[in-house]
Amino acid sequence: METIITLLIGVLVSVATYLLLSKNVIRVVLGSAILSHAIHLLLITMGGLKKGGVPILGGKVETYVDALPQALILTAIVISFAVTAFFLVLMYRTYQSVGTDNLHEMRGTNDE
Amino acid sequence: MISIHAFILIPILTAFLIPIFGRQFPKLHLGWVVLPVPILLFSFFVSKIPVISANKAITGSVAWIRALDLHFAVYLDGLSLIFTLLITGIGSLVVLYSIFYLSKEKESLSHFYTYLLLFMGAMLGVVLSDNLMVLYLFWELTSISSFLLIAFWFRRKKSRYGAQKSFLITVGGGIAMLVGFIMLQVMTATNSVQEIIAMRDSIQDHELFVPSLVLILLGAFTKSAQFPFHIWLPDAMEAPTPVSAYLHSATMVKAGLFLVARFTPVFGGEATWFWLVSGVGIFTMFWGSFTAVRQNDLKALLAYSTISQLGLMMSLFGLGSAALQGGASTNSIIYTQAIFAALFHLVNHATFKGALFMIVGIVDHGVGTRDVRKLGGLLSLMPITFTLSVIGSFSMAGLPPFNGFLSKEMFFTAVLNAPEMSIFSMDTWGLLFPIIAWIGSIFTFIYSMIIVFRTFLGPYRRERLEKDPHEAPIGMLLSPIVLCTFVILLFFFPNLLSKYLLAPAMNGILPTYQNMEGFIPKISAWHGFNLELLMTAGVVILGIVLMNTYRFWNVIYDLFPEKLSLDRGYQWILAASESGSKKATDRYMTGFLPNYLYYIFGFLLLMVGGTLFLSGSIAFDPSNDASVSLYEGVFVGIMSIAVVGILFAKSRMTATLLNGLLGYSIAVFFVLFRAPDLALTQLVVETVTTVLFLLCFYHLPEWSKEDRSWKVRFPKIIISIGMGALTVLIALSVQGNKLFESISSYFEDSYELAGGRNIVNSILGDFRAFDTMLEVVVLFIAGIGVYTLVKLKAPQGGDKIERK
Repeated sequence: METIITLLIGVLVSVATYLLLSKNVIRVVLGSAILSHAIHLLLITMGGLKKGGVPILGGKVETYVDALPQALILTAIVISFAVTAFFLVLMYRTYQSVGTDNLHEMRGTNDE
Repeated sequence: MISIHAFILIPILTAFLIPIFGRQFPKLHLGWVVLPVPILLFSFFVSKIPVISANKAITGSVAWIRALDLHFAVYLDGLSLIFTLLITGIGSLVVLYSIFYLSKEKESLSHFYTYLLLFMGAMLGVVLSDNLMVLYLFWELTSISSFLLIAFWFRRKKSRYGAQKSFLITVGGGIAMLVGFIMLQVMTATNSVQEIIAMRDSIQDHELFVPSLVLILLGAFTKSAQFPFHIWLPDAMEAPTPVSAYLHSATMVKAGLFLVARFTPVFGGEATWFWLVSGVGIFTMFWGSFTAVRQNDLKALLAYSTISQLGLMMSLFGLGSAALQGGASTNSIIYTQAIFAALFHLVNHATFKGALFMIVGIVDHGVGTRDVRKLGGLLSLMPITFTLSVIGSFSMAGLPPFNGFLSKEMFFTAVLNAPEMSIFSMDTWGLLFPIIAWIGSIFTFIYSMIIVFRTFLGPYRRERLEKDPHEAPIGMLLSPIVLCTFVILLFFFPNLLSKYLLAPAMNGILPTYQNMEGFIPKISAWHGFNLELLMTAGVVILGIVLMNTYRFWNVIYDLFPEKLSLDRGYQWILAASESGSKKATDRYMTGFLPNYLYYIFGFLLLMVGGTLFLSGSIAFDPSNDASVSLYEGVFVGIMSIAVVGILFAKSRMTATLLNGLLGYSIAVFFVLFRAPDLALTQLVVETVTTVLFLLCFYHLPEWSKEDRSWKVRFPKIIISIGMGALTVLIALSVQGNKLFESISSYFEDSYELAGGRNIVNSILGDFRAFDTMLEVVVLFIAGIGVYTLVKLKAPQGGDKIERK
């Protein structure tokens, strides 16, 4: 299971990198969103998968899955949401100011 | 003894108080506040003469950074004492002079005196430090204060140009010197100059010995304006005249000479040292005097003359270093006289050149120009100034009864001894020294005479002058009068100076010769009709002839076209380095985001991937893997198809929905992987994110097509696949190499430790509560960012104007 998920993560990272290298801003933002997905999966895989019960005490199970990566991911999900939201608004404002969503055209003038 | 440290710091500390004084007493000329400082220091150092002349050195050390062997160590011996007396003595006179030279109303005096005091402290630090790193620190501080003083009239373009030039050249040399110091430190494992001197014999064959020697000399040559680094000094004349008199003739430019003298016990006797110091020195002496003659600006003339005189002293130090070759013996004692002459001339030069600068300042002040083509006939109008200029110039030309005559004769003796040296192949090349020295002296005579004759004699043409000439106030004349008195006194009583100052300094530079007969000569004005006297007579006769026939031979200067001058070279290097670095930077700083990401990803692939391979930590061990159920397999398939689909999506809507699909699939995985909290959060966040995307699309155009050419796509594909592969490799290796036990079992006691049954929630809300709190702060900041971006609008067209 872990190996398969790891391979899936590799595909996600590849696609995310490809999108990040685009010149269209929407693709870049999308790439960063996919990259966060990949990293969340990576974190939970690192802790080992399905090695026990849900990490809530008082149930019938004796062993639990690793709770630490879950706590980290919970934080990461929220932060990446904040970043994506900020990116989106930044993109919106940039488009309003410079009138393009093409990074190539957003380059500063050379005579600075 | 702590007091010497204090005397270095007094000027620097006073410098900080000057602006306060300036504000408190706006009616007072700040010079009067500053004047007691150098006088106090001068009297202190004078009081040390008895101790030093008994061949004792005063040392002291305050620990600073022990781990780096950095101590604020001071060492006051004869050599440093000469310099400290020059620094504080001339300093007092210059401050006094500046009180009358700089107007209280027009000039920003608090800046001027702050910089001047800063320089004074730094210069004292240079000559008193025993620790290499502290020495370097003060050395650069003198460059900085010199920079500030040259640019004192910073509204003039030429001042800024001169300041920048002097700074670039002297600091550049200073950095070379620092590298040389570090090499010395590597060889000897100490930073103390005196300890290094003691270790001289053990480091001579070290492979870093000659490189460190050359680098330290680079520092000395740039500071002391030796050819070809002399070009900064004429431009430094844009500084106010008191500064030129102080820094650029009497003290700072002699720091290089000090360095050479200080390190003579370490490097002296080495052929490279001998040839570099004496060769560069003697050529600079000739070139400076030769160029000085053609100058029309009196200050420029003095600048070149200073270069020439510095070269003279430098060459003497070089010739004298030969005495250390093969140990001290009565045969080589004759070479030591060159160093004695250098030290003697050092003092003499400070007196007459300081006076001459002040005189030029007085002329400039009085008539409003320094151009010799406009000046003339000022004799009857400025009689005192004229008398002083005669004393200064004749001393510089090497005529009796002035101190310059004595040291000039000794200079001739030293260069005449040069061909008789049997070392360093001097028996063949040595003859060049007296010849070049003699030619240089002729030009020295000519430019010295120009100062007197073209300024004060000849026709008086009022219409060419800007002001009505008048004699300067007595306050302004006082300082040059004092200096000129010394010029004459030193001629009549040179042996007093020799006994109390020069002899201890000689013992410091050449300790092995101490107490030998003939080491400290008796200076006398009359040696009989010897070759030296004949040389002087030749200089005078030829000098007078050449001066009167100047218009016939001045075509010689056209042989050196302006285009090939060193100055042009400097400007070209400056311009080329500026445009070169701009070109190089523009090449990779494209302003195009994907390019920067290429650098980042490329670097990551090389470094992390490289380390992974080189350290051989790649491991693959699927034996612990959990089993794969049908659902999971299906969702892996769905996600793979969805994510690849994004790449081929025609519209952004499809892409966003596919991204949402990815998010929801991950939520499902979280359920399957026993993480209910994550699944819930992920569902909520993914929904909101998708809504945000769609909201944004309302305001944005449909996405443009990417460049489909292979030239663009190929590197993208390579980097993407590389990143994916690298992630997989790292993740698999981490799973395959279990290096230590998981720490997570600690949190399974969460009920006892934190009172919570949900372990994940206990971690977030209790064990790592600060993390969670800061996470909320991040959210808050992002929220503020979003709000500001949406609400605040730049004024219409505002940023367009800014960009222009």
